Amino acid sequence: MSYTSQHLQKHIQPDVLEEVVQHIKTSKSDCILQAEVIDSEMVVVARRADIVEMLYFLRDDAQCQFKILVDICGVDWLGREGREQERFDVVYHLLSVAKNLRLRVKVHVAEEESVPTATDVFSSANWYERECYDLLGIPFEGHPDLRRILTDYDFDGHPLRKDFPLTGKVEAYYDEKEERVAYKPLDMPQEFREFDKTSNWQGVSGNMVLAEEDNVFDEDEFKNT
Amino acid sequence: MTQTHNVTVTGAPEQPFTLNFGPQHPAAHGVLRLVLEMDGEVITRADPHIGLLHRGTEKLIENKTYIQALPYFDRLDYVSMMCQEHVWCLAVEKLLGVDIPKRAQYIRVLMSEVTRIANHLLWIGCHALDVGAMSVFLYAFKEREFTFDFYEEVSGARMHANYFRPGGVGRDLPEGFTEKVTDWLPQLEKTIDMIENLLSENRIWKQRLVGIGVVTPEQAQNWGFTGPMLRGSGVPWDLRKSQPYECYDELDFEIPVGKNGDSYDRYLIRMEEMSQSVRLCRQCISMLEGGLKDQPWKIQNFKISPPRREQMKADMESLIHHFKYFTEGFHVPEGETYQAIEAPKGEMGVYLISTGGPKPYRCKIRAAGYAHLQGLDFMAKGHMLADVTTIIGTQDIVFGDIDR
Repeated sequence: MSYTSQHLQKHIQPDVLEEVVQHIKTSKSDCILQAEVIDSEMVVVARRADIVEMLYFLRDDAQCQFKILVDICGVDWLGREGREQERFDVVYHLLSVAKNLRLRVKVHVAEEESVPTATDVFSSANWYERECYDLLGIPFEGHPDLRRILTDYDFDGHPLRKDFPLTGKVEAYYDEKEERVAYKPLDMPQEFREFDKTSNWQGVSGNMVLAEEDNVFDEDEFKNT
Repeated sequence: MTQTHNVTVTGAPEQPFTLNFGPQHPAAHGVLRLVLEMDGEVITRADPHIGLLHRGTEKLIENKTYIQALPYFDRLDYVSMMCQEHVWCLAVEKLLGVDIPKRAQYIRVLMSEVTRIANHLLWIGCHALDVGAMSVFLYAFKEREFTFDFYEEVSGARMHANYFRPGGVGRDLPEGFTEKVTDWLPQLEKTIDMIENLLSENRIWKQRLVGIGVVTPEQAQNWGFTGPMLRGSGVPWDLRKSQPYECYDELDFEIPVGKNGDSYDRYLIRMEEMSQSVRLCRQCISMLEGGLKDQPWKIQNFKISPPRREQMKADMESLIHHFKYFTEGFHVPEGETYQAIEAPKGEMGVYLISTGGPKPYRCKIRAAGYAHLQGLDFMAKGHMLADVTTIIGTQDIVFGDIDR
């Protein structure tokens, strides 16, 4: 077993996690592509078409009771190896207050595909899906009100996509004639510099195990400061 | 459509009309723009327009090293700074698989609780001001100033501290710090008592809060509420108790839980939370002054924490570590994690994906206020216009973390 951060793991019971994952696996095998415990976090990959059924099950099943949808997060895996077609992941984080458990449900989405909305299962999904649509351009089928939420009213593009430039595409300025703030195409006098040089120094690779002496405090050394 | 100041009224007065509230309205807590559909004085639909403070934090973090990303967290929920740093540090530590020294854990918890007090003091001040009580604001902000002094002492900055670091904290507590906090706590308790005396039995306060913005436990869970918003509805759920991180399981404190789910219950909960935070501060201080005195405050592994400056000047290896730490940053092994803490406003979480290398691949920030503000529509429905400010206040809305 790999070394884990003790100060974060106190409440986690590995055998319970395994049990719940097995339960989900056996009950909903037709909706699931993959279900496992990774680093003491439960991860379920569901079929895109079955996500709503899956969420209903997770919410209402007596052994799960994931009644809180904590978050929906879109991830852009532009050009990911082996699965270039499935560009996006939509990640649902669920919380069960009754069982004190967290669960992550993932769905793979291709570029022109949409995901069935979860607003019927969890009301909170409304804004999370709007955000996901706004920032990554993943449409949610059946969403009651799929407007942009975080970006400006007539914003163009989806900023969290990996092919969207960090500097943006437009800049704001105050238009004297119109007496309002307006946008114009971005003018960069100098090319954007990215300090992203690879080095031979690899730093940490793999899980780091603290040596005993790492946390031994040298008092003499301290007094010298 | 006529536009005067912040209020836009369309349609004939006898029909249901639309009212624009904000984004520069003082009761909108920053930059909330609310489009209210009203039937006379009664609200039929509230549509919050957010994003006026959107800075693209998540995109920026993808292009920064793990240490450079830390100061962005101060600027999310800018009234509970260190709690935000905390969740980032926990997520990075989880991916690195490192443990941190006991003293660092106690320092973090001490500062988190000071931050919780600071947040709740701001909340009670502004909430009371919105509802119409002026003096509470002044008393609360006077005490809040002390928490800024503590911030300044440990980190050098009054607000955006950048004090917690992956692997511990930035530096040790300065000499005499714990004594100063100890001296301040009784004074704070007096102020809390005074504020409770002013408000709890106050007729106007109760008329404005009791029965306003009622949330049932089912609604609270369905809408993703956390923190005092969930506890106010009678769900005993606090991550410090139920999923304890750091040293919370070694500390003795209680979680106040409400009964009716209205604004008044949430007021009582937050006031009690401040008293519990005082208790927690006292326990942390006695540990920091006692058994944990002169213990390390960060991990001594110089791949993921900088070596001391004196060492850096004298020792070649330390110089390399120092240079690499501040330029390239440390590499985090491939993986993903979701870490959450009980921030003053509710569950603050970070979903962090690393594909190896010194920069995160994706960082999703889960802000408590985002879910709460979404619930404004059902909470405000059927209430009067004046109650909207009460409901915004009781949700403890801050736009830094909602808009990100």
